[in-house]
Amino acid sequence: MSTQTLTARVRPAAATRWSRRAAGVLVFAALIELAARTGLVDRKFLPPATEIVGRAVTLAFDPVFGGHALTSLLAWAIGLGLATLIAVPLGLLLGSVPIVDAATRSVVEFLRPIPSVALIPLVALVIGTGLQLRVTLVVYASLWPILYNTMYGLRGVDPLAKESLRSYGFGAAAVLLRVSLPSSAPFITTGVRLAAGVALILTVSTEIVAGRGEGIGVFIFFAGIAVPARMIDILAGVFWVGLFGVLVNALLVAAERRAFRWHHVRLGEHS
Amino acid sequence: MLEIDNLSHVYGGGSPNAHHAIEGLNLSVAEGELLCIVGPSGAGKSTLLRSIAGLISPTGGQIRIEGNVVRQTPDNLAVVFQDYSRSLFPWMSVVDNVALPLRRKNMDKRQRREAAHEALESVGLAGAERKYPFQLSGGMQQRVAIARALAYRPALMLMDEPFGSVDAQTREDLEDLVLKVRGHHKMTIVLITHDIDESVYVGDRVVVLSKAPAHVVGDLKVELPTPRDQISTREHPDFVHLRAEVGRLVRGHAAV
Repeated sequence: MSTQTLTARVRPAAATRWSRRAAGVLVFAALIELAARTGLVDRKFLPPATEIVGRAVTLAFDPVFGGHALTSLLAWAIGLGLATLIAVPLGLLLGSVPIVDAATRSVVEFLRPIPSVALIPLVALVIGTGLQLRVTLVVYASLWPILYNTMYGLRGVDPLAKESLRSYGFGAAAVLLRVSLPSSAPFITTGVRLAAGVALILTVSTEIVAGRGEGIGVFIFFAGIAVPARMIDILAGVFWVGLFGVLVNALLVAAERRAFRWHHVRLGEHS
Repeated sequence: MLEIDNLSHVYGGGSPNAHHAIEGLNLSVAEGELLCIVGPSGAGKSTLLRSIAGLISPTGGQIRIEGNVVRQTPDNLAVVFQDYSRSLFPWMSVVDNVALPLRRKNMDKRQRREAAHEALESVGLAGAERKYPFQLSGGMQQRVAIARALAYRPALMLMDEPFGSVDAQTREDLEDLVLKVRGHHKMTIVLITHDIDESVYVGDRVVVLSKAPAHVVGDLKVELPTPRDQISTREHPDFVHLRAEVGRLVRGHAAV
């Protein structure tokens, strides 16, 4: 009897991977720079990349912009957190009680395709345009990926794993909590990661449409309606939103890799 | 210890393609006995085991464990399934896998860990506590599953083709492991297998089932010298005779 050693799939070293990504970013930035400097695009509409980044760095030290950023971050985090707290238990319920799933399916299928942005006027009328508007819409939009991934994960739970625990006399609730939930955790986490992106989009677009108060979207909105429009501020704001999105995604991917090694091994990805 | 009266189970009852897995099966197992159940594939062996474990409700008859009628999963029973890679929880370390069922018992965390450690030691896996199932070979994973059952200290241990998914050498090691641990833990074992040699080698008694709908067609006492030995037991004249007998019973009723 020997211990099987799992050989790692040959992945490029971290340094190589990072240098490739950095090269992609640099080429993209160089193209923008070139387009603006050569006059291919009017600099009023697309300033050179160096100027955008320079403005973004200046903004980072601007307390007013910091206030906008913090407000957006708050709406994003509360919205995503609430969506997770609602969608995971709901997914567990729908995924494990077929009657409830069947009874609610048509309502769910009706609600899901409604673009959240279309709900902004309605929600704004009902509950006002403050933080509550952003949070509500973020929750609404980011609910779906988490809900669907939770239900999908539950469908994949091995019946034999459930039976194993059941054979020791554990009831349905214990099996759900101790087998079904951990077994679907990798899918749920992927759902949260997808939802994090959706939440970011919703936070900024709700702010832009609402057009008042604080938030990066509001900052972008006012830069846009100024005469002449402050294109560099718009793009610097977009730069920070994009960078934040990339960072959150990378963090969550790293967390998934660490926490769910058993899952990736099972799928045959020896990573 | 275990009594089965006139058990029957029909899948899809009422429909024209209903499958009669078990019909009129009677069986009784004494305290401390190691009973092997053999039968042709598809004979309803697993249905029988799932009924004893309370995982399915048979459509007819009665099962009693220590005098109590089985209605749900009894709490003095543990099951070892064939497919260890699916029955162990991959997100838990080996020691947590073994300790988890002990939550049903009145034990605190430290006691559970101690019991798990002890059970792992008895199956030769001391030192593997912090590993995860996917880091172990198939034979070692099945040892973890056996340790999980042992730690629970069941009165009755059910084993469903427990060595069906490992190589021949590991299979022999695991057969001997079962014989060893039953000496330490006083419990009744019902082991289901389709391997005729294995049933004679491991069992105190071998029961042969017919093809579906299953009922008992043979009940043989195995009186081979103990401790059993993979080489000398298997060349013992009684072993050779018994395996032929069991083989005839299985074959005779498997023929179309």
